Amino acid sequence: MDDFLINALLAGLGIAVLAGPLGSFMVWRRLAYFGDTLAHASLLGVALGLWLQINPVIAVVFSGVMLAVILLSLQRYKQLASDTLLGIMAHSALSLGLVVVALMDNVRIDLMAYLFGDLLAVTQQDLLWIWGGGAVVLAILLSQWNKLLSATVNEQIAEVEGVNVGLMRALLLLLLAVVVAIAMKIVGALIISSLLLIPAATARRLSRSPEQMAVFAIVFGAISVVLGLCLSWYQDTPAGPSVVVCAALQFLLIHSLVKVQK
Amino acid sequence: MTTLLSLNNICVSFDDRMVLDHVSLELNRGQITTLIGPNGAGKSTLIKVILGLISADSGNIARASKLRIGYVPQKISLDESFPLTVERFLKLARHSSKAGLTKVISQLSISRLLDRQMVRLSGGEMQRVLLARALLGEPQLLVLDEPVQGVDISGQIELYQLIADIAQQIGCGVLLVSHDLHLVMAGTDHVICLNHHVCCHGEPESVAQHPEFARLFAQNERQQLAVYTHHHVCDEHDHEHHHPQPSSEENN
Repeated sequence: MDDFLINALLAGLGIAVLAGPLGSFMVWRRLAYFGDTLAHASLLGVALGLWLQINPVIAVVFSGVMLAVILLSLQRYKQLASDTLLGIMAHSALSLGLVVVALMDNVRIDLMAYLFGDLLAVTQQDLLWIWGGGAVVLAILLSQWNKLLSATVNEQIAEVEGVNVGLMRALLLLLLAVVVAIAMKIVGALIISSLLLIPAATARRLSRSPEQMAVFAIVFGAISVVLGLCLSWYQDTPAGPSVVVCAALQFLLIHSLVKVQK
Repeated sequence: MTTLLSLNNICVSFDDRMVLDHVSLELNRGQITTLIGPNGAGKSTLIKVILGLISADSGNIARASKLRIGYVPQKISLDESFPLTVERFLKLARHSSKAGLTKVISQLSISRLLDRQMVRLSGGEMQRVLLARALLGEPQLLVLDEPVQGVDISGQIELYQLIADIAQQIGCGVLLVSHDLHLVMAGTDHVICLNHHVCCHGEPESVAQHPEFARLFAQNERQQLAVYTHHHVCDEHDHEHHHPQPSSEENN
């Protein structure tokens, strides 16, 4: 097996491990559209990173955090629903990113690579970001696991019991932003949100506890990565989209085979 | 009687609208206080002030030192996508011990519910489970926001009885919020009628006779209440048919 395929596998599996638990929280808190918006806005982050000459991962995290702050403050007005606001922000940020890139004469970036990623061009440095950054994200997630769950079930009960629910909300958005930033270069902006969403949604059908759902989501994500890369290797299909197609087929299969649990 | 918490002239307004207008009250150990009032009277806001979830614009709150409060919300809007058994939900409580868990499970007889999914519970089962979660922290004050919503009438009576029994067992104070008047008053020591300000307060019978109370609630509801308390007085006491006279405890 070639090096680049092994790197692709390691990168994809790392992202699956991160996406499982965070994607589950995304589903429980109905943040699916937020994840999507985050991914769209990441292109703006990349553009800003190039313009200001800072590390693109950090720039994307920064743009994601800005997005969360803007969303949280806009939500107070309540005149427009969150999904409307997110729709506006997602497409404005994506377009603004494209415009900023076009305005920079000396920069040429491969747009397709940012939208769909390039799993087969993973470098050692990318792997370091995924597994190193990923370990930090997982450590934070595990150390706060019960508090995050409690705040997700009911914020008022959690707050009366002494959990800082505002911090938990911010922490989840921040971790999501970090994971999108780390993963976007590998699997692309349009695909990371499906890797967060689809395995978690698949896992729901089989799970009786939140921990089970997070672990199953990791397993389904990993299977999608392996099958998708195989498809890409043998049939010469684009790697990222192949992974998503496998995840979607898995979702359909599980949901039609397994009956709803009472 | 130990005072657990007292509010003094609490005012809260949202967007220049006065929601709580100089509200003062006292919650005591071993006492069940019922907070009633029409929809939009500021009951939920008052609860949040008491729980410390929002702060008042003016006035002050005195809490007994290290006061442990247990809170039972109206409902929890758990997403269907969240797989959570009753047992796991109870174990999410921040200050729970194994012994405490066993105790509340038997107190509320919910052992058969432990393996059930939270989203599949009926209204009455959900309220018991939420009550159990609140009791895990060994509260000195139990705050319940409309605890009988979605529960049928016989279930409501049972649930109120359960709350009263447990409160007596563990010797905690109880604050109960309700907008319906049919059953709440039976086991209550003290009633506070709220419509942004405290309209009247006192023992159930005296509040039921208060003109402000009559103005706030429809005549037929008041009659049902009167029938019910009358009935209950007969049941529990001397079986003599006398109608309770309004006491002189009311003010404002």
